[in-house]
Amino acid sequence: MVIDAAEMSRTLTRMAHQVLEANHGARDLVVLGIPTRGVPLARRLAGLMADVEGHPVPVGQLDVTMYRDDLRTQPTRPVGRTVLPAEIDGAVVVLVDDVLYSGRTVVAALDALSDLGRPAAVRLAVLVDRGHRQVPVRADHVGKNLPTASHERVQVRLEEIDGVDDVTISRVLEGSRAEDSQAEGSR
Amino acid sequence: MKRHLLSAADLSVDEVASILDLAEEMSAVQSRPVKKLPALRGRTVVNLFFEDSTRTRSSFELAGKWLSADVINISAKGSSVSKGESLRDTVLTVAAMGVDALVIRHMASGAPLQASQWVDAHVVNAGDGTHEHPTQALLDAYAMRRHFRAADPGFSWADKTVAVVGDLTHSRVARSNVLLLRTLGARVVLVAPPTLLPSGVDSWPAEVCTDLDPVVESADVLMMLRVQRERMSGGYFPTPREYTVGYGLTRDRLARMKPGAAIAHPGPMNRGLEISADAADSAASLVLDQVASGVAVRMSVLYHLLGGSDEDAAAGPSKGTTA
Repeated sequence: MVIDAAEMSRTLTRMAHQVLEANHGARDLVVLGIPTRGVPLARRLAGLMADVEGHPVPVGQLDVTMYRDDLRTQPTRPVGRTVLPAEIDGAVVVLVDDVLYSGRTVVAALDALSDLGRPAAVRLAVLVDRGHRQVPVRADHVGKNLPTASHERVQVRLEEIDGVDDVTISRVLEGSRAEDSQAEGSR
Repeated sequence: MKRHLLSAADLSVDEVASILDLAEEMSAVQSRPVKKLPALRGRTVVNLFFEDSTRTRSSFELAGKWLSADVINISAKGSSVSKGESLRDTVLTVAAMGVDALVIRHMASGAPLQASQWVDAHVVNAGDGTHEHPTQALLDAYAMRRHFRAADPGFSWADKTVAVVGDLTHSRVARSNVLLLRTLGARVVLVAPPTLLPSGVDSWPAEVCTDLDPVVESADVLMMLRVQRERMSGGYFPTPREYTVGYGLTRDRLARMKPGAAIAHPGPMNRGLEISADAADSAASLVLDQVASGVAVRMSVLYHLLGGSDEDAAAGPSKGTTA
């Protein structure tokens, strides 16, 4: 285990403060989680920011399935929901995901956002950055940098979905790297 | 999900739920400024319509376009079909151009099934003769589900009775609805004059009744079928007036419907024949919801058929071809 529940709580609190600091407050912020595990993380971050600022911060979710570049290489994926809590034209959108890996999910999310409106700025907050980027994408706010080998598997579990808060690295059998990147996609 | 959508019976209860859930999302997309999604970019969908249609064809066309597929429409009139080309040659010619999906409407029952055996493309039955019209049944189920959920978000289909009333002999919508509603677990009652009950109706998974009046008071949905005058050569009922008295949803029957019950009609309606204007325009009517959900449901169907790889799920993804 690399992050336990207490550590995750401290990490998210720090990230919430960093987002507010970078934005000089919660003005115009819209927090959007990327399904599946980005959604509860986005809600927690927005809740923490609201505690600091003393007023609610709009939080929603952005499904990117139909914008993925690997749709045609895999069996049909289930599509999640997109919920926008506020107008995103002119807003500062903070995208939230659990693990940043190839970066392709973020590219899909940016494409999805551009069909929904024109934010003034888009920021990216991730709980874990494990490296191995395949596209020029970086996160603005990172909970923890976890240097990993690509045959390893990073698993984030959250109370809301998995009943427990933690992050673990496990070793995937040699020779199944394709499976690994697939796991990242279906996270 | 199976490779083709030829019959409502091709779908499991989970697949129906998945299609209806995605249709909810697709209907939300339609209120956005940009209605297009890139999911089927690079795919080609051909609407092959051997029979007239407005709403089905246009909603399949929009569904394909809003998912970024390239869509072309071929109708019998103005194509080589009018020069005497056979169904098989027409289908093979279109398929040879490299299309990914064929949406077929044909006056002969079973035409889409035949076509599916000739080509590699996915085939969607958009209505074949008096056989089936599965996407209509899906959008009816979608409209009914929304109606039931508005009253009780946790409703169960097992507690619901849907009466399908009218011209069952000529209705492909009725057959698809019966099959789909049984998959969902609803109780289905078929109501028609004996002359309009199809042969073999005893083997359908539904109850049959030739008197509408007791059913009006117990049904949660009254689905009124169109009297298909163009398919009748007469003799099914004495006069339209008599049909209305026996099997029409009149103002009097409207008043006796169960509170909270809904009225469905696959359209186009013959006002004053199978459905009165009061019923068609009443608050209980789902008719406009049915039409409005047509594009969203068909987007969902196209995505379920074409959204993933063409390989079987069991075969696994073939990686390494990044060029």
